[in-house]
Amino acid sequence: MALMDLANPTRFLALSGRVLPWLTGLALATLALGFFLAFRAPADYQQGETVKIMYIHVPFAWLAMFGYSMLAVSALGILVWRHPLADVAHKAMAPIGAVFAFLCLFTGSLWGRPMWGTYWVWDARLTSMLVLLLLYLGLLALRSAIEDPNQAGRAAAVLSLVGFVNVPIVKFSVDWWNTLHQPASVFRMDGPTIHPSLLWPLMICALGFTLLMLALHMAAMRTEIHRRRLRVLEARAAAEAAYA
Amino acid sequence: MLGEHGFFILACYGVSALVLGALALWIIVDGRLVRRQLEELEARGVRRRSAGRADT
Repeated sequence: MALMDLANPTRFLALSGRVLPWLTGLALATLALGFFLAFRAPADYQQGETVKIMYIHVPFAWLAMFGYSMLAVSALGILVWRHPLADVAHKAMAPIGAVFAFLCLFTGSLWGRPMWGTYWVWDARLTSMLVLLLLYLGLLALRSAIEDPNQAGRAAAVLSLVGFVNVPIVKFSVDWWNTLHQPASVFRMDGPTIHPSLLWPLMICALGFTLLMLALHMAAMRTEIHRRRLRVLEARAAAEAAYA
Repeated sequence: MLGEHGFFILACYGVSALVLGALALWIIVDGRLVRRQLEELEARGVRRRSAGRADT
Protein backbone atom coordinates (compact mmCIF):
# COMPACT_ATOMS: atom_id res chain seq x y z
CA MET A 1 0.00 0.00 0.00
CA ALA A 2 1.40 3.41 -0.98
CA LEU A 3 2.03 6.05 1.69
CA MET A 4 -0.37 8.40 -0.08
CA ASP A 5 -3.12 5.75 0.22
CA LEU A 6 -2.58 5.69 4.00
CA ALA A 7 -2.97 9.47 4.07
CA ASN A 8 -6.57 9.19 2.93
CA PRO A 9 -8.97 11.13 5.23
CA THR A 10 -11.43 8.21 5.56
CA ARG A 11 -8.62 5.79 6.35
CA PHE A 12 -7.13 8.34 8.79
CA LEU A 13 -10.46 8.58 10.64
CA ALA A 14 -10.69 4.79 10.94
CA LEU A 15 -7.09 4.40 12.11
CA SER A 16 -7.05 7.39 14.48
CA GLY A 17 -10.36 6.27 16.02
CA ARG A 18 -8.61 3.12 17.19
CA VAL A 19 -5.26 4.73 18.13
CA LEU A 20 -6.43 7.91 19.89
CA PRO A 21 -7.72 6.40 23.20
CA TRP A 22 -4.48 4.40 23.61
CA LEU A 23 -2.31 7.38 22.69
CA THR A 24 -4.13 9.61 25.18
CA GLY A 25 -3.87 7.00 27.95
CA LEU A 26 -0.17 6.46 27.24
CA ALA A 27 0.45 10.24 27.27
CA LEU A 28 -1.28 10.69 30.65
CA ALA A 29 0.47 7.65 32.18
CA THR A 30 3.89 8.85 30.93
CA LEU A 31 3.23 12.34 32.30
CA ALA A 32 2.15 10.92 35.66
CA LEU A 33 5.38 8.89 35.85
CA GLY A 34 7.42 11.90 34.73
CA PHE A 35 5.92 14.20 37.38
CA PHE A 36 6.31 11.52 40.06
CA LEU A 37 10.03 11.23 39.25
CA ALA A 38 10.40 15.00 38.85
CA PHE A 39 9.05 15.74 42.32
CA ARG A 40 11.26 13.01 43.81
CA ALA A 41 14.37 14.29 41.98
CA PRO A 42 16.91 16.25 44.04
CA ALA A 43 17.01 20.04 44.02
CA ASP A 44 19.60 21.70 41.80
CA TYR A 45 22.75 22.82 43.67
CA GLN A 46 22.39 26.36 42.30
CA GLN A 47 18.71 26.82 41.49
CA GLY A 48 17.25 24.86 44.38
CA GLU A 49 13.64 23.68 43.97
CA THR A 50 12.92 26.11 41.11
CA VAL A 51 14.54 23.51 38.84
CA LYS A 52 11.14 21.75 39.02
CA ILE A 53 9.95 24.34 36.48
CA MET A 54 12.45 22.82 34.01
CA TYR A 55 10.33 19.64 33.75
CA ILE A 56 7.54 21.56 32.03
CA HIS A 57 9.33 24.61 30.58
CA VAL A 58 11.87 22.66 28.53
CA PRO A 59 9.32 20.23 26.96
CA PHE A 60 7.08 23.22 26.11
CA ALA A 61 10.03 24.89 24.33
CA TRP A 62 10.97 21.72 22.42
CA LEU A 63 7.37 21.06 21.42
CA ALA A 64 6.72 24.65 20.34
CA MET A 65 9.62 24.16 17.86
CA PHE A 66 8.51 20.60 16.99
CA GLY A 67 4.97 21.83 16.32
CA TYR A 68 6.25 24.54 13.99
CA SER A 69 8.47 21.99 12.22
CA MET A 70 5.36 19.85 11.67
CA LEU A 71 3.65 22.93 10.23
CA ALA A 72 6.52 23.37 7.78
CA VAL A 73 6.33 19.69 6.70
CA SER A 74 2.55 20.01 6.29
CA ALA A 75 3.08 23.21 4.30
CA LEU A 76 5.22 21.24 1.84
CA GLY A 77 2.38 18.71 1.60
CA ILE A 78 -0.04 21.54 0.81
CA LEU A 79 2.12 23.37 -1.72
CA VAL A 80 3.96 20.47 -3.42
CA TRP A 81 1.58 17.50 -3.26
CA ARG A 82 -1.66 19.48 -2.65
CA HIS A 83 -2.74 16.73 -0.27
CA PRO A 84 -5.96 17.51 1.64
CA LEU A 85 -4.75 15.74 4.79
CA ALA A 86 -1.66 17.99 4.85
CA ASP A 87 -3.94 21.04 5.02
CA VAL A 88 -5.97 19.38 7.78
CA ALA A 89 -2.77 18.62 9.74
CA HIS A 90 -1.51 22.17 9.22
CA LYS A 91 -4.73 23.83 10.38
CA ALA A 92 -5.06 21.53 13.42
CA MET A 93 -1.50 22.08 14.65
CA ALA A 94 -1.44 25.91 14.68
CA PRO A 95 -3.53 26.53 17.85
CA ILE A 96 -1.85 23.62 19.68
CA GLY A 97 1.63 24.91 18.84
CA ALA A 98 0.59 28.41 19.89
CA VAL A 99 -0.47 27.10 23.32
CA PHE A 100 2.87 25.30 23.82
CA ALA A 101 4.81 28.42 22.74
CA PHE A 102 2.77 30.56 25.15
CA LEU A 103 3.34 28.13 28.03
CA CYS A 104 7.07 28.05 27.26
CA LEU A 105 7.21 31.86 27.56
CA PHE A 106 4.96 31.94 30.64
CA THR A 107 6.84 29.28 32.60
CA GLY A 108 10.19 30.73 31.47
CA SER A 109 9.13 34.14 32.71
CA LEU A 110 8.12 32.77 36.13
CA TRP A 111 11.40 30.82 36.29
CA GLY A 112 13.38 33.93 35.32
CA ARG A 113 12.02 36.11 38.13
CA PRO A 114 13.61 34.18 41.06
CA MET A 115 16.73 33.14 39.08
CA TRP A 116 17.56 36.26 37.04
CA GLY A 117 15.67 38.86 39.05
CA THR A 118 13.43 39.72 36.09
CA TYR A 119 10.42 38.28 34.29
CA TRP A 120 11.67 39.32 30.86
CA VAL A 121 14.75 40.48 28.97
CA TRP A 122 15.02 41.14 25.24
CA ASP A 123 17.75 38.58 24.72
CA ALA A 124 17.96 36.47 21.55
CA ARG A 125 16.41 33.27 22.97
CA LEU A 126 13.42 34.93 24.61
CA THR A 127 12.81 37.28 21.69
CA SER A 128 13.03 34.53 19.04
CA MET A 129 10.59 32.38 21.07
CA LEU A 130 8.22 35.38 21.26
CA VAL A 131 8.55 35.68 17.45
CA LEU A 132 7.63 31.97 17.20
CA LEU A 133 4.45 32.62 19.24
CA LEU A 134 3.62 35.62 17.03
CA LEU A 135 4.12 33.44 13.92
CA TYR A 136 1.65 30.89 15.31
CA LEU A 137 -0.85 33.69 16.07
CA GLY A 138 -0.25 35.18 12.61
CA LEU A 139 -1.08 31.82 11.01
CA LEU A 140 -4.33 31.61 12.99
CA ALA A 141 -5.24 35.19 12.03
CA LEU A 142 -4.37 34.60 8.37
CA ARG A 143 -6.60 31.51 8.11
CA SER A 144 -9.53 33.30 9.69
CA ALA A 145 -9.04 36.39 7.50
CA ILE A 146 -9.32 34.54 4.15
CA GLU A 147 -12.77 33.18 3.35
CA ASP A 148 -11.80 30.60 0.71
CA PRO A 149 -10.37 27.61 2.67
CA ASN A 150 -8.04 26.50 -0.19
CA GLN A 151 -6.60 29.98 -0.60
CA ALA A 152 -6.28 30.34 3.18
CA GLY A 153 -4.45 27.00 3.36
CA ARG A 154 -1.95 27.98 0.66
CA ALA A 155 -1.31 31.42 2.20
CA ALA A 156 -0.80 29.86 5.64
CA ALA A 157 1.54 27.26 4.12
CA VAL A 158 3.71 29.96 2.54
CA LEU A 159 3.83 31.95 5.79
CA SER A 160 4.74 28.86 7.81
CA LEU A 161 7.58 27.97 5.41
CA VAL A 162 8.96 31.51 5.53
CA GLY A 163 8.61 31.55 9.32
CA PHE A 164 10.43 28.22 9.66
CA VAL A 165 13.70 30.14 9.39
CA ASN A 166 13.00 31.22 12.99
CA VAL A 167 13.17 27.64 14.36
CA PRO A 168 16.98 27.23 14.01
CA ILE A 169 17.33 30.81 15.28
CA VAL A 170 15.47 29.83 18.46
CA LYS A 171 17.60 26.69 18.84
CA PHE A 172 21.02 28.27 18.19
CA SER A 173 20.34 31.78 19.55
CA VAL A 174 22.12 30.90 22.79
CA ASP A 175 25.24 29.89 20.81
CA TRP A 176 25.25 32.73 18.29
CA TRP A 177 24.67 35.60 20.72
CA ASN A 178 25.42 36.41 24.34
CA THR A 179 22.18 35.70 26.15
CA LEU A 180 20.99 35.78 29.73
CA HIS A 181 19.31 32.47 28.93
CA GLN A 182 21.62 29.54 29.59
CA PRO A 183 23.12 27.58 26.65
CA ALA A 184 21.80 24.17 25.59
CA SER A 185 22.30 21.54 28.29
CA VAL A 186 20.65 18.41 26.84
CA PHE A 187 21.15 18.20 23.05
CA ARG A 188 24.85 19.05 22.78
CA MET A 189 27.68 17.63 20.68
CA ASP A 190 29.55 16.67 23.87
CA GLY A 191 26.49 15.16 25.59
CA PRO A 192 24.09 16.46 28.25
CA THR A 193 25.47 18.54 31.11
CA ILE A 194 22.53 17.72 33.40
CA HIS A 195 22.98 15.07 36.09
CA PRO A 196 21.06 11.83 35.24
CA SER A 197 18.94 12.21 38.38
CA LEU A 198 17.42 15.35 36.80
CA LEU A 199 17.80 14.33 33.16
CA TRP A 200 15.69 11.15 33.28
CA PRO A 201 12.57 12.79 34.76
CA LEU A 202 12.99 15.58 32.19
CA MET A 203 13.15 13.14 29.28
CA ILE A 204 10.11 11.19 30.55
CA CYS A 205 8.12 14.42 30.99
CA ALA A 206 9.19 15.47 27.48
CA LEU A 207 8.01 12.11 26.09
CA GLY A 208 4.69 12.47 27.92
CA PHE A 209 4.10 16.00 26.59
CA THR A 210 5.08 14.85 23.07
CA LEU A 211 2.50 12.05 23.20
CA LEU A 212 -0.05 14.54 24.57
CA MET A 213 0.63 16.97 21.73
CA LEU A 214 0.28 14.16 19.16
CA ALA A 215 -3.01 13.03 20.77
CA LEU A 216 -4.40 16.59 20.77
CA HIS A 217 -3.29 17.01 17.17
CA MET A 218 -4.91 13.74 16.12
CA ALA A 219 -8.20 14.70 17.83
CA ALA A 220 -8.14 18.18 16.25
CA MET A 221 -7.45 16.62 12.82
CA ARG A 222 -10.45 14.32 13.20
CA THR A 223 -12.65 17.33 14.01
CA GLU A 224 -11.28 19.27 11.03
CA ILE A 225 -12.05 16.36 8.65
CA HIS A 226 -15.58 16.17 10.04
CA ARG A 227 -15.93 19.97 9.73
CA ARG A 228 -14.99 19.79 6.04
CA ARG A 229 -17.52 17.02 5.47
CA LEU A 230 -20.11 19.12 7.28
CA ARG A 231 -19.40 22.06 4.92
CA VAL A 232 -19.89 19.77 1.90
CA LEU A 233 -23.17 18.39 3.27
CA GLU A 234 -24.46 21.88 4.16
CA ALA A 235 -23.72 23.04 0.60
CA ARG A 236 -25.48 19.96 -0.78
CA ALA A 237 -28.48 20.49 1.52
CA ALA A 238 -28.67 24.14 0.44
CA ALA A 239 -28.49 23.15 -3.25
CA GLU A 240 -31.21 20.52 -2.81
CA ALA A 241 -33.42 23.04 -1.00
CA ALA A 242 -32.91 25.56 -3.82
CA TYR A 243 -33.96 23.00 -6.50
CA ALA A 244 -36.94 21.72 -4.48
CA MET B 1 8.72 21.33 50.43
CA LEU B 2 9.09 23.67 47.42
CA GLY B 3 11.30 26.21 49.19
CA GLU B 4 11.05 29.99 49.16
CA HIS B 5 10.05 30.08 45.47
CA GLY B 6 7.14 27.68 45.84
CA PHE B 7 4.69 30.26 44.48
CA PHE B 8 6.54 30.42 41.14
CA ILE B 9 6.67 26.62 40.83
CA LEU B 10 3.00 26.16 41.72
CA ALA B 11 1.94 29.00 39.40
CA CYS B 12 3.85 27.38 36.50
CA TYR B 13 2.27 23.95 37.04
CA GLY B 14 -1.18 25.34 37.86
CA VAL B 15 -1.46 27.68 34.86
CA SER B 16 0.01 25.03 32.52
CA ALA B 17 -2.56 22.48 33.73
CA LEU B 18 -5.38 25.01 33.30
CA VAL B 19 -4.32 26.11 29.82
CA LEU B 20 -3.68 22.57 28.55
CA GLY B 21 -6.96 21.42 30.13
CA ALA B 22 -8.81 24.26 28.40
CA LEU B 23 -7.17 23.36 25.08
CA ALA B 24 -8.14 19.69 25.45
CA LEU B 25 -11.70 20.65 26.47
CA TRP B 26 -12.03 23.00 23.47
CA ILE B 27 -10.86 20.26 21.09
CA ILE B 28 -13.26 17.70 22.62
CA VAL B 29 -16.30 20.04 22.72
CA ASP B 30 -15.62 21.37 19.20
CA GLY B 31 -15.34 17.79 17.90
CA ARG B 32 -18.62 16.76 19.51
CA LEU B 33 -20.48 19.82 18.18
CA VAL B 34 -19.24 19.22 14.62
CA ARG B 35 -20.07 15.49 14.76
CA ARG B 36 -23.55 16.22 16.14
CA GLN B 37 -24.27 18.66 13.29
CA LEU B 38 -22.95 16.09 10.79
CA GLU B 39 -25.19 13.38 12.24
CA GLU B 40 -28.23 15.71 12.12
CA LEU B 41 -27.67 16.37 8.41
CA GLU B 42 -27.13 12.67 7.69
CA ALA B 43 -30.32 11.85 9.62
CA ARG B 44 -32.16 14.23 7.28
CA GLY B 45 -30.91 12.12 4.36
CA VAL B 46 -28.11 14.44 3.19
CA ARG B 47 -25.11 12.22 2.45
CA ARG B 48 -21.69 12.42 0.84
CA ARG B 49 -21.21 10.65 -2.48
CA SER B 50 -18.69 8.31 -0.82
CA ALA B 51 -20.82 7.74 2.31
CA GLY B 52 -21.09 4.02 1.53
CA ARG B 53 -17.56 3.51 2.77
CA ALA B 54 -16.96 2.75 6.43
CA ASP B 55 -16.15 5.82 8.55
CA THR B 56 -15.58 6.18 12.27
